Amino acid sequence: MSGEAFNLLSVLLGLLLMSTQTTDAKISEDIRCKCICPPYKDVEGQIYKQNVSLKDCTCLHVVVPMPVDGKDVEAYCLRCECKYEERSSGIIKVTIIIYLSILGLLLLYMVYLTLLEPMLKRRLFGHSQLIENNDDVGDQQPFANAHNVLSRSASRPNMLNKVEHAQQRWRRQVQEQRKSVFDRHVVLS
Amino acid sequence: MDGDAASSTGATPSEEINGTGNLMDFLDEPFPDVSTYEDFHTIDWLREKSRDTDRHRKITTKSKESYWELIKGLLDAWSGWVVMLLIGMLTGTLAGVIDLAVDWMTDLKEGVCLSAFYYSHEQCCWTSNQTTFDNRDKCPQWQKWAELMTGHSEDGGAYVLNYFLYILWALLFSFLAVSLVRVFAPYACGSGIPEIKTILSGFIIRGYLGKWTLLIKTVTLVLAVSSGLSLGKEGPLVHVACCCGNLFCSLFSKYSKNEGKRREVLSAAAAAGVSVAFGAPIGGVLFSLEEVSYYFPLKTLWRSFFAALVAAFTLRAINPFGNSRLVLFYVEYHTPWYMAELVPFILLGVFGGLWGTLFIRGNIAWCRRRKTTMLGKYPVLEVIVITGITAVLAFPNPYTRRSTSELISELFNDCGALESSQLCDYVNNPNMSRPVDDIPDRPAGPGVYTALWQLALALIFKIVITIFTFGMKIPSGLFIPSMAVGAIAGRIVGIAVEQMAYHHHDWIIFKNWCRPGADCVTPGLYAMVGAAACLGGVTRMTVSLVVIMFELTGGLEYIVPLMAAAVTSKWVADAFGKEGIYESHIQLNGYPYLDVRDEFTHRTLATDVMRPRRSEPPLAVLTQDSTTVEDVETLIKDTDYNGFPVVVSRESERLIGFVQRRDLTLAIKTARQKQEGVVSSSVVYFTEDAPQVAEACDPQPLKLRRILNLSPFTVTDHTPMETVVDIFRKLGLRQCLVTRSGRLLGIITKKDVLRHMAQMMNQDPESIMFN
Repeated sequence: MSGEAFNLLSVLLGLLLMSTQTTDAKISEDIRCKCICPPYKDVEGQIYKQNVSLKDCTCLHVVVPMPVDGKDVEAYCLRCECKYEERSSGIIKVTIIIYLSILGLLLLYMVYLTLLEPMLKRRLFGHSQLIENNDDVGDQQPFANAHNVLSRSASRPNMLNKVEHAQQRWRRQVQEQRKSVFDRHVVLS
Repeated sequence: MDGDAASSTGATPSEEINGTGNLMDFLDEPFPDVSTYEDFHTIDWLREKSRDTDRHRKITTKSKESYWELIKGLLDAWSGWVVMLLIGMLTGTLAGVIDLAVDWMTDLKEGVCLSAFYYSHEQCCWTSNQTTFDNRDKCPQWQKWAELMTGHSEDGGAYVLNYFLYILWALLFSFLAVSLVRVFAPYACGSGIPEIKTILSGFIIRGYLGKWTLLIKTVTLVLAVSSGLSLGKEGPLVHVACCCGNLFCSLFSKYSKNEGKRREVLSAAAAAGVSVAFGAPIGGVLFSLEEVSYYFPLKTLWRSFFAALVAAFTLRAINPFGNSRLVLFYVEYHTPWYMAELVPFILLGVFGGLWGTLFIRGNIAWCRRRKTTMLGKYPVLEVIVITGITAVLAFPNPYTRRSTSELISELFNDCGALESSQLCDYVNNPNMSRPVDDIPDRPAGPGVYTALWQLALALIFKIVITIFTFGMKIPSGLFIPSMAVGAIAGRIVGIAVEQMAYHHHDWIIFKNWCRPGADCVTPGLYAMVGAAACLGGVTRMTVSLVVIMFELTGGLEYIVPLMAAAVTSKWVADAFGKEGIYESHIQLNGYPYLDVRDEFTHRTLATDVMRPRRSEPPLAVLTQDSTTVEDVETLIKDTDYNGFPVVVSRESERLIGFVQRRDLTLAIKTARQKQEGVVSSSVVYFTEDAPQVAEACDPQPLKLRRILNLSPFTVTDHTPMETVVDIFRKLGLRQCLVTRSGRLLGIITKKDVLRHMAQMMNQDPESIMFN
């Protein structure tokens, strides 16, 4: 049921990521020129970084202050390797935040399904309902009383009922899958 | 495949009652029509193909009528490319999300970035100017947990606290992963490739490529990889890509209603999955062709390539690693290799083959134990225990503490003057004046020897722990761990050869190609060759492996060493057992997968395999015009066969055709509901004209000719089984009828063929579980 929501979310995510990439002006922090210079004579190895663009990414521009003088500058710069690097901090931020929110939502839903819902149902409907379905009593797994709720639902064909039906059907499917994979070890051993 | 997707465009019963619009139709249960298959059954490839040809012919004839029909015809032809485009985009996006999230969460076990919590270690220190040459990763913005909590950073207490928190984070991640899998999508566990292979060969597993499986697999894959377990994300990415493929198939009725066409799209989606996992589009297509797909027509080749390219391009646009590379271990050196080095390369190939055999046997034994004993009853506990053991053993060794991808990247790298890691601690000549990447061979410093010890320990650890990790109830792949094992072994061998070449450069073997002061041996290349050998030994890939490896490295000059190692490892591994890890898992689960690579060379005949055997009850048949509705219903209730042959009469037993169980059940049910005068004693007839009504008050006969398949495949009883197996394989049959001089003798189903083949190979024929 929330599969459709996921569809929408994934398309939105894709668009968002694309747009972040193209509409963000190049934040100056997101580009850099990194020059790695190995030890030379008595100067030890150093790393120089500066937020310059590609055309300024040379040893002479970035390695300031120059640790050697005059004649040695060329020899020193020959050993250094300067690389231009780009990243997109916007995309990283958006991705991590979206991922954490999806993870958080799933965890909340999982806690609701495993802990809160059986408690609520037991409180609302009493013990008589549980005794009706003998094969589900003692089944500690989530969605255990899916059949229960399905049979009890009224035959009013409105949208809320349809959603409830779809959810119960999904739960039954997951229950079946769980039986095949975890209990009978038929698939995916 | 997902039960939630609406597959019918006709009016469903509930729609007729409600009169509601089509918006909420996806919530309704799909109306079971004659085109849907049951769960855990094989599809009928010939029927799917003929239905697609019918559909295409209808569209072509209609497109001549008007311009609108012509446009619809063009849209239908283009729908395949649209689906590929969408699959590539979504797969690339998801792979980018997974890569970024894994990067961040892996570093979360050790510390946190104070300036912005969503940055990983490398990203946090990106702009800092306080990184030094020796400690490129140290910057004040990123602090380890002990430093953050107590302020100390270097003493024993801080080490213990870091250790403890590392274990805690690892346990938390893996517990969340296994709980989510268990509660929401149990099909999201494991690698996915064995099941996808079976699905692509025609098997139906409903829900395996569903939306919840997609969501949970993506989310829990990040958690599983970040928890430090010895698993990779490439296999699960193929599953994720196939789920995306299935998702977009449901948008177009051309693919959603035809299981055969859907599998073409899934083959292409698998190629896109490997493409984003390795940054290797061509390798992805070849992987799909060689490993995953069953039928691979040329049209699928071009479309797979398109999907793989779109996926790679989307991933590049997201740019997770900040350098426009696609994969973490992309190396770019071009130092040449020498003919004499083929000897250690072939040795590495032998190692890869031996390790592959060891891994497959160990892993299958462990998985079988998990399937049959009490071990399988505690999946969550098993995951937590394995994670705990992995974390406890991995933290002390700096090579196992970091993520496996980073380890492989460091091992593949050549040691230039710019590297300062322990592995590159060579004794440098201070007056050296060569340019940066042509460093001659140098003697190893103490750092290298320490690194060798640690690498050897890491190798043993990884070899043992991966056997227990692959196959647990969380998403797990095995490409990266295999490559890690091979890379470690290769690097150790490479350093050994390098030091031997330096210290004994006057030996005959080295004298010709290794002058002192020249750069002879590149240990990084040995690591690559080792990685290829081990991966080939486990999965038995050939061409796709070599192509993936050289797309990873960009070095065409290394094809020959890679091929030598891959071929050697495959030969050595095949000497011990013919199946790779995926085929072994298929066999373990008993899926009805008829491998195209197995050769059947026994001299049995069709009559030896067909059912019914001598001791069994006779074949359940329907007659052409003398069975009643009640007889048919009893037959359906009492037996569980998938179909029934139709003969002229019980005396002559001449074959007319074959009717499927599902079609029969539905037809009788609708006839009883809709048609007038059909009762239990009505006669069912399959001929063109109704049988003669004996008396005027006899009930109305029921014509079921439209569900009869008039061209079932038949072989004679003396057909050699070799030919029968070939027919099953090439045409994708589910069952085949056996006749002698025109009379029906028996039936051979795919399950019978598989059992017979298992019996011939001295395996347990009862392990074939599905039909």
